[in-house]
Amino acid sequence: MIALLKRDLVLALRAGGGFGLGLAFFLIVTVLVPFSVGPQSALLGTIAPGVLWLGALLACLLSLDRLLALDWEDGTLDLLATAPLPLESVVTIKALAHWLATGLPLVLAAPVLGVLLNLPGPGFLWMVISLALGTPALSVIGTFGAALTVGLKRGGLLLSLLVLPLYVPTLIYGAEVARRGAEGMTVATPLMMLAGISAAVIALLPFASAAVLRVNLR
Amino acid sequence: MSISTRLNALWEYANPRKFLATTERVLPVLWLLTAVTLIGGLVWGFFFTPDDYRQGSTVKIIYIHVPSAFLATSAWFMMLITSLVWLIRRHHVSALASRAAAPIGAVMTLIALVTGAIWGQPMWGTWWEWDPRLTSFLVLFLFYLGYMALWEAIEDPDTAADLTSVLCLVGSVFAVLSRYAVYFWNQGLHQGASVLRAGAVAGTDTTEKVSNVYAYPLLLSMAGFFLLFVALVFYRTGTEIRARRIKALLARERVNG
Amino acid sequence: MTLTVTDLAIARGGIPVLEGLTFTLEPGQALILRGPNGAGKTTLLRTLAGLQQPLAGRIDGAEDRIAYAGHSDGLKPTLSVTENLTFWASVFGGRDIGPALEAFRLGDLADRHAGNLSAGQKRRLGLSRLLVTGRPIWMLDEPTVSLDREAVAMFAGAVRTHLAQGGSALIATHIDLGLDGTILDVGPYKAKPVLDSDFDGGFL
Repeated sequence: MIALLKRDLVLALRAGGGFGLGLAFFLIVTVLVPFSVGPQSALLGTIAPGVLWLGALLACLLSLDRLLALDWEDGTLDLLATAPLPLESVVTIKALAHWLATGLPLVLAAPVLGVLLNLPGPGFLWMVISLALGTPALSVIGTFGAALTVGLKRGGLLLSLLVLPLYVPTLIYGAEVARRGAEGMTVATPLMMLAGISAAVIALLPFASAAVLRVNLR
Repeated sequence: MSISTRLNALWEYANPRKFLATTERVLPVLWLLTAVTLIGGLVWGFFFTPDDYRQGSTVKIIYIHVPSAFLATSAWFMMLITSLVWLIRRHHVSALASRAAAPIGAVMTLIALVTGAIWGQPMWGTWWEWDPRLTSFLVLFLFYLGYMALWEAIEDPDTAADLTSVLCLVGSVFAVLSRYAVYFWNQGLHQGASVLRAGAVAGTDTTEKVSNVYAYPLLLSMAGFFLLFVALVFYRTGTEIRARRIKALLARERVNG
Repeated sequence: MTLTVTDLAIARGGIPVLEGLTFTLEPGQALILRGPNGAGKTTLLRTLAGLQQPLAGRIDGAEDRIAYAGHSDGLKPTLSVTENLTFWASVFGGRDIGPALEAFRLGDLADRHAGNLSAGQKRRLGLSRLLVTGRPIWMLDEPTVSLDREAVAMFAGAVRTHLAQGGSALIATHIDLGLDGTILDVGPYKAKPVLDSDFDGGFL
């Protein structure tokens, strides 16, 4: 399992910026927002938590279509399915690798981009906490979508169509934590819900992902 | 007849041939019943109920809005059950019934959204409000789109049935989660469900009740919409079965040819 | 332990292709799978490897004992030969990759990226993976594609060593490997077309 994680991370590093790509996208989206809504710092400060969450979510989506598709094309998935590793672990590791390569850099970059958007002072901490709690769920849900569409030739667009509605609860609670945090309100309820969704998704969804992967492999 | 043999008899309809034979006999009656109930309910509702003292005649859109909203969720629930039946007992008819129900459910969701907007315009003064009920229906519509797109995208029918069934299961959980999330996110303008509350119909519950004058034609048109749904699902499942049979025959032709 | 296949029926894309297949594969035995294109050799190998479910019949002694090599080698072009092989070795329990590199004479290429290898060299790397799995039953689907004569001899040698150590192999191939294996022609097991009267779950 460690070997698979290590290999995926090395691949992400070598394939020309698996780490950098999502991050660059996140940066560009954030920079484009003031161009589209205007430079008023009060307005930017109000919408900053939502914009950062949406940017992070879209950046997560970006690399999903290659998450399993590459391993599918070169036969690695066939071989992994016959290996002593259960597919449930394979998809969990894949999601973890995706989170380490895409989600974690986004979490770390969010405060920097928060400065650009004039995010209010107390918002920084909650922005990072909400993203740190929410992005693992985004990776796991995304892995499920990738497993569903792995055998399809033009799976990318369909993948977005399938995954985005599944992102709704995570986005709502995550952005709510960040928004309330920025406004100095109490965040306990949405924070609990966000953590609960992440925990449940990480615990249960890999079984569904492995099941659909088995269907796609036969 | 004991309960278990009766249940076993139910599974016979999982045989495509038996299903086709039965629905072909039932459908004409069903269409007729649908027409009578639906037209009856709508005509009664539109022309033979008084205008509301506050809402005027706008209130009459209720006879389309409420039944379609009811079926939008019921159709997804039906798909959830038929998907489970496919995953557990692998009856092809069950999977095809899910597939047949999806576009109907999507159209019902769309009707509920559009009539809701038309109703909301004079009532709330806006075509669209990010009200939790409207929003969760919009999310439900997205789920329908994804589900149908997945069916279309996969060539092998059994693979498609398996994958869409799992998607339906996972999607159901997330649809419920989204609903609660949306309610948490914004408490809305939309009134609570007021039709199927027993007290509301009986007239003992006075908060936001639908008065009897409106309730009876509404129940009739809901029955009409429901029958329409059942008839359409039977009809479309029949079509799916035939399409599937053609596919299987062609595939066999290729193998033997 | 013997691999026993009893009355197996398999399907591709929902259509039965082979049925009534019964054979055994003893330790030390090689079975050469023959049959025209599209007869179902690949499907049979995938079914035995557990990648898809049989329609009917029993497969005994296959669980966690099969090393499968299909048309693709599961290599990552941006990883070196050693890294590719080390990965598979650790997935299958961390064996030494030295003997595998030696058997397919990959030592000189060890630090090259797999993306820079020729088709034949890639195939050799793919086949050397079999040695690091430590699994007793090899299931090989057209293993000699893009191999030159010398590499085929290398491969045949590896199979012979494997058999001598008590392993077994099921190989779908059209060329003569010079192995004294039994030949299993799948032609006679072609599935009979299903009759129209069986219009039930299978729609035929």
